[in-house]
Amino acid sequence: MKAFTYQRADSAAHAAAAAVKPGAKIIAGGTNLLDLMKLQVETPSQLVDINRLPLDKIEETPDGGLRVGALVRNSDLAADPQVRRRYGVLSRALLAGASAQLRNKATTGGNLLQRTRCYYFYDVTKPCNKREPGSGCAALAGFNRIHAILGTSDHCIATHPSDMAVAMRALDAKVETVNHEGEARVIPIAEFHRLPGKTPEIETSLKSGEIITAVTLPPPLPGVQLYRKVRDRASYAFALVSVAAIVDSSRGRISSARLAFGGLAHKPWRVAQAEEKLANTSANASAFKAAANAVLDGARGFGGNDFKIPLMRRTLHSVLAEITRA
Amino acid sequence: MDEDEANTEISRRTLIESGTTALLVTTLPRAALGAGPLEDAGPPLPSVTMELQINGRSHSLTLDPRTTLLDALREHLALTGSKKGCDHGQCGACTVLIEGRRINSCLTLAVMHDGQSVTTIEGLAEGDNLHPLQTAFVEHDGFQCGYCTSGQICSAIGMLAESRTGMPSYVTEDLTQPQPELTDAEIRERMSGNICRCAAYPNIVVAIKQAAGMPT
Repeated sequence: MKAFTYQRADSAAHAAAAAVKPGAKIIAGGTNLLDLMKLQVETPSQLVDINRLPLDKIEETPDGGLRVGALVRNSDLAADPQVRRRYGVLSRALLAGASAQLRNKATTGGNLLQRTRCYYFYDVTKPCNKREPGSGCAALAGFNRIHAILGTSDHCIATHPSDMAVAMRALDAKVETVNHEGEARVIPIAEFHRLPGKTPEIETSLKSGEIITAVTLPPPLPGVQLYRKVRDRASYAFALVSVAAIVDSSRGRISSARLAFGGLAHKPWRVAQAEEKLANTSANASAFKAAANAVLDGARGFGGNDFKIPLMRRTLHSVLAEITRA
Repeated sequence: MDEDEANTEISRRTLIESGTTALLVTTLPRAALGAGPLEDAGPPLPSVTMELQINGRSHSLTLDPRTTLLDALREHLALTGSKKGCDHGQCGACTVLIEGRRINSCLTLAVMHDGQSVTTIEGLAEGDNLHPLQTAFVEHDGFQCGYCTSGQICSAIGMLAESRTGMPSYVTEDLTQPQPELTDAEIRERMSGNICRCAAYPNIVVAIKQAAGMPT
């Protein structure tokens, strides 16, 4: 680890003001940041510890939704009675991620800001446009089993590793922030994470000196919620493909569907046309296939990850069949 | 390992086994302290002071801010029960309890826990009376080489406490159940953050069930 100075923030505005300085980084749970610092992928000169800030509450909002403080730990959010009862897809997604030890430490804000697990991003001896802009992408022609098939660019084919963010995308969550001048902002989750394009090092729409204070969830839609994660081992592994689904159906007829996908792209993936294909339709294989086709519009494999295209089709079919079987 | 390193390693182990105080250990040459955070490049920056309540005893420490909680325990307090396996949060050998909750001590800075209570494997027994989980691991051969064991036991303590508060897991069928039952599948899922290369998993599950007062 490179040397850094350490300071504890006494307010969110203070933290944002400290974070605007070059080389400064916010630390919350630290489970991803410290890992990257040990490998010198991240080399902050100053750490601003926000763990003591009062951002650890889960509260009901006036519209019947939920406001989750940025420092609510992943385990506490997954176990919250309201989340378990009304936002099951979020609880399931959180419990599908990492290990119990990591979930006890990892925070809501930090989970959104975690970096890709692309092997080449982690390996400082290899080119990576995300770690070192302009150096190239070793994954394009390398070992790319875990990489993206949608929204990729010639500069980066990394995926976003979060399960939580996929469920939040299906739930239309909003990210609340404050900047170093004390100004608050609300960012829809759809606009929070970015595609790599020519600047894969810029992963979110957060500006310098802007920090996450909370994530809000609107009241849940009617229907069955489900999170399905397909991975190389049964527990404690990142998703190859994951699906967060909220589907309202009765007697084999779907009235509405919301679908978000993990493991496929640089951000949680959601396609409005796929959901439109399922709305007010019979739940059958051809409808599921039409939805999968819409999700996979423009999909491209890079060799090692070609299998993700059929895997995504089958996973979606399985999820929709399970939800609409009743 | 060359001869000098081997000698230093032996003398360090002997020192720790003979109950040497943390003060003496920190006066050893740096090479004897293994992969501490100070070995990396970079100019020295101001140290940070913290107070940690470890196994019921207060410790005041002044450390490089880079010092992980695991390195603080092992290299500065001679509490070597918590193990460094991967040092990246992937194996669970470093698991300790902070305010009763299990975490990976390798992925947190000691200074972040100023004023908090830490329980390590050294803090579980009361004199010669082992903690029920320690007894159960011995009785059921919940280990072979033993390297992961302190992490497994601390993790199991945290896991059982989580279960008592009604925490669900990925394999819990009904999330709205206030108190999901601890089946074998539940125990395995909840313990998935602790890897055992000897694959003592079946015996670990039985040991945990015994300590939890469940039929084995």
